[in-house]
Amino acid sequence: MATASSEASFERVVLPHLDAAYNLARWLMRDSEAAEDVLQEAMVRALTYFGSFKGVNPRAWLLQIVRNQAYSSLALNRGVETVPLAEESDEPAAAELVSCEDSPEVALLRSRESRRVRALVAALPVELRETLVLREFEECSYKEIAEATQTPIGTVMSRLWRARQLLAQAAAAEGLP
Amino acid sequence: MSDPKTPPMPACEKVLLVQAELDGELDAAQAAALEIHRASCPICQVAQAELLRARALLRAEPYEPTPDDVRARVMARLRQVEPQIAPAAPHRQWRWAWWGGPSLGFGLGAACAAALAFLILLPEHSDLTDAIVADHIRALQPGHLEDVVSTDQHTVKPWFDGRIDFAPPVRDFATEGFPLKGGRLDYLDNRPVAALVYQRDKHIIDLYVWPQTSAGPHLASDTAIQGYNVIHWTEGGMNFWAVSDVERNQLQDFATLWKKAP
Repeated sequence: MATASSEASFERVVLPHLDAAYNLARWLMRDSEAAEDVLQEAMVRALTYFGSFKGVNPRAWLLQIVRNQAYSSLALNRGVETVPLAEESDEPAAAELVSCEDSPEVALLRSRESRRVRALVAALPVELRETLVLREFEECSYKEIAEATQTPIGTVMSRLWRARQLLAQAAAAEGLP
Repeated sequence: MSDPKTPPMPACEKVLLVQAELDGELDAAQAAALEIHRASCPICQVAQAELLRARALLRAEPYEPTPDDVRARVMARLRQVEPQIAPAAPHRQWRWAWWGGPSLGFGLGAACAAALAFLILLPEHSDLTDAIVADHIRALQPGHLEDVVSTDQHTVKPWFDGRIDFAPPVRDFATEGFPLKGGRLDYLDNRPVAALVYQRDKHIIDLYVWPQTSAGPHLASDTAIQGYNVIHWTEGGMNFWAVSDVERNQLQDFATLWKKAP
């Protein structure tokens, strides 16, 4: 019966953060199929090790698992890594990040500007990208980001700074408002 | 250490505090001390303007929830590892952040407005779909499936008399492979509804029935949520919602039998 209660807890404690997990996986992998593979493996790991989770922040814990999974997947595929994003805003990987789950109606409405902003975020170096995505899209605190990325808070702060600077400069160069 | 492509840190190290303030990480005393510094530091003033600009770019982005099919596949995988895991409670969030809410639609052109109207209807529709799937999952818990257990439609149909303010059609399709198992009362769409329970091999099909209201046409639909297929149609002034984890084409067969029934 101990297992039954721990599963109930997994559903209550960890599953609410599935969106955050998938979002981080997508931004790290920049490919929705690879992101789903990472998500699947990470969720199975989380379920397997949930019994030993003693922390207070299940979201940061899950995001850390997702990140580790994504990094090992990226390392495994390093030889055949996808071509880094080009400067153009219409290249396919960036377009996929925008449209991988949209109905045509939503895609129609989604502005070109949003597409370009997403391409700029996708083009950031991975350690800046993950920090920025966790802060801006998942609204994680510095402490949560530090835990999820296993990085000191001071480094989180300087990465966040660099990510925002790069993004603002790139946006200005593209003539975005 | 730092990537040569990344910008150098500015000459004033307090810019990281400016950033921390914007990120809500400073307490009142720290923020007040920073305010005094910033008033006389042009570097920090420029930094704040740049940070606000970067934030404005990203804050307009919509939050994208996990697509239902991805979620369903994750849940299926988790159940392989731990069969007791129940399907996740239907979970749908729709954030309006990116276009500032439905009211923005008024300024758009006709084509956009039409698409927008469709989108605004969608969450309502899926709220009901979600509620139906949630009810179906709840009913699958032991002891909740049927209030009246009978494979005889002539027993099930009168059972609803006096318990509900309409007479739901009740049919048995045992010969076609969808035997009737019973019925129960449920509450959906702010009203009591009839739920007819059918079995297909090892799967349960719930068919929810209630009278159509005059509140506009109800579109037929065929969707999947959390791995459950949901088919909706209207016939003879009644709403029908069939939900089950059987294969989609089998549920479609079931719906076709109903629609062709005399």
